[in-house]
Amino acid sequence: MTARAQTPPRPAALFDSYAISEIHRAAATGIYDIRGGGSKRRMPNLDDLLFLGASMSRYPLEGYRERCATDVVLGNRFAEKPIHLKIPVTIAGMSFGALSGPAKEALGRGATAAGTSTTTGDGGMTPEEREASALLVYQVLPSRYGMNPDDLRRADAIEIVLGQGAKPGGGGMLLGQKISDRVAAMRTLPPGIDQRSACRHPDWTGPDDLEIKIEELREITDWQKPIYVKVGASRPYYDVALAVKAGADVVVLDGMEGGTAGTQEVFIEHVGLPMLAAIPPAVQALQDLGMHRKVQLVVSGGIRFGADVAKCLALGADAVSIGTAALIAIGANDPRREDEYRALGTDSVAYDDWHEGRDPAGITTQDPELAARLDPVLAGRRLANYLAVLTLETQTIARACGKSHVLNLEPEDLVALSVEAAAMARVPLAGTSWIPGLA
Amino acid sequence: MPVVDLAATTVRELNRTLHGLAEGSNETDWEIRNPRGAHAIAAGLDAPLTVTIDGPVGYYCAGMNKLATVEIAGNAGVGVAENMMSGRVHVQGNASQSAGATGRGGLLVVDGDASARCGISMKGIDIVVKGSVGAMSAFMAQAGNLVVLGDAGEALGASIYEARLFVRGAVVSLGADCVEKEMTDEDRIILEGIVDRAGLAGEVSPADFRLYGSARKLYHFNPDHIDGY
Ligand SMILES: Cc1cc2nc3c(=O)[nH]c(=O)nc-3n(C[C@H](O)[C@H](O)[C@H](O)COP(=O)(O)O)c2cc1C
Repeated sequence: MTARAQTPPRPAALFDSYAISEIHRAAATGIYDIRGGGSKRRMPNLDDLLFLGASMSRYPLEGYRERCATDVVLGNRFAEKPIHLKIPVTIAGMSFGALSGPAKEALGRGATAAGTSTTTGDGGMTPEEREASALLVYQVLPSRYGMNPDDLRRADAIEIVLGQGAKPGGGGMLLGQKISDRVAAMRTLPPGIDQRSACRHPDWTGPDDLEIKIEELREITDWQKPIYVKVGASRPYYDVALAVKAGADVVVLDGMEGGTAGTQEVFIEHVGLPMLAAIPPAVQALQDLGMHRKVQLVVSGGIRFGADVAKCLALGADAVSIGTAALIAIGANDPRREDEYRALGTDSVAYDDWHEGRDPAGITTQDPELAARLDPVLAGRRLANYLAVLTLETQTIARACGKSHVLNLEPEDLVALSVEAAAMARVPLAGTSWIPGLA
Repeated sequence: MPVVDLAATTVRELNRTLHGLAEGSNETDWEIRNPRGAHAIAAGLDAPLTVTIDGPVGYYCAGMNKLATVEIAGNAGVGVAENMMSGRVHVQGNASQSAGATGRGGLLVVDGDASARCGISMKGIDIVVKGSVGAMSAFMAQAGNLVVLGDAGEALGASIYEARLFVRGAVVSLGADCVEKEMTDEDRIILEGIVDRAGLAGEVSPADFRLYGSARKLYHFNPDHIDGY
């Protein structure tokens, strides 16, 4: 017998190593995969946009000398005390429970040093984070864990959460290993049980009810505090329009890239719109209502660099919000602890089992020993540094585009690198004047 | 007693006045006339006042109440006494959906019926409904006690945690993970105490009630309980 040429091993595109291992995992356990973080798949994103910069017909500003302002006011539609931010980057809502006490404190310290706000989360307000945060946004979530009128009055703004980009239409889950006695007491639950946060609000349904709910929250706080409405990106045009109609001062729009403390993988990867596709219809809704810049738009989901911030602002957002990047800045996914990540069957880059509470960096945990690894003062300093870099990068781009305020960036400053990105962002394909779907 | 006429004053002015009363103020008894179904009347009170409302109220009357006693001489709209912390709210008529939702303390008494989702997500409040409650009542109820003298609608106590549901009449159906439980002496003492505080001592007998609570099968994810999810 003569040897025949061997066919090389050929993995199927559909049944790749991830698909096969996931089917094996499902068959072995009978339960879907749960993880933290945001979507990991590649999709059209802000990297597919470029700024044009100044040219013969556009006049740039001198770096470091000519002023390029970065301050933003949020919530001046109805609230007597709007929020004044020094930078257009805020810290997103992340719960005490998902995060350790020191991590929450670090976020407050970093945000305060940078002159911006931080946000509570699904689990109520801790005294530590209130103390550490000069500007604290208090979330009103479907679960209403820890909700109380004293914290509402102590807050600087109120955020009604309808959904998150990682899981529009989904509630929360915090698995038993993270329900420590303190977390349980704040949520009025038995310690150690798997806790499901509701996906619908208990006392209102639909935009007409929401309008009355907002009125109630304004009455309780004597019309002082801005009221934000946070939605996961799914039908941004209508959701933003309805939030405005319901009386929101600020709309927070979270793209599907956005992180979560823990939810089903299928949800993270397959439900919702990416930022690129979500921001333009949201801005359009505000413009159609004559409310652009009157009701502010804060966007989030996968923001890493100043360029991302600048692109969101150019598309029409008033500010951005960061979750995952803030956690990394305070020390998450720390390569210096590589051995410990490997012992958990992962590595420092891929680590996403935030729901399990065994975070080597001591951030997504309730284990007192792990949590003690994070020094909130040092971590807060790191976050302040990172926020400064985001701001400097945003200003660098804004000056190059000739803007004396970062909010003067506009779609005209942008082009897209792919047909998809051009269609979604509603800016021309680079080198052409073609905006697919519009022109 | 100060009287506020909502035909002449806005709810906003009323609430500001009530919130602004100095500690120890002797103006503790208030009467509100012509409520005409307005929303958020007496929301966010934080003092031991007694507020009597002469007529029907809209959504979220006495929302997030602390310490105050609010007497509603009429029907109440959605979310009466939502997230109440303490104090007492009494609806002399019927209550709409989500009465006492997420309440963390205090006592809510409804003389008539309460609609769907009564006591949804309750976290420590005691609720007494002299009539019946609608569907999905005590959904995800975490703590506290719901006492129903009449009947309960579909899916009572779905995904309930540690709240106790005492029902004297019929229950159309129980929701996921909600089961009938043996009433212990402790349960009986709790029920008696609430009945007492609701002013029903001697009128109803704890022995006529059945107790419902959590089977605790959804407390940990388990593929064998998949029908419950
Ligand atoms: C650990 C963690 C916990 C979170 N908890 C909440 C929460 O309690 N409430 C909420 O509205 N969003 C929550 N989010 C979502 C963030 O508010 C925000 O929408 C998201 O992180 C933005 O995307 P990014 O992580 O890519 O920056 C959480 C996100 C993370 C990473």
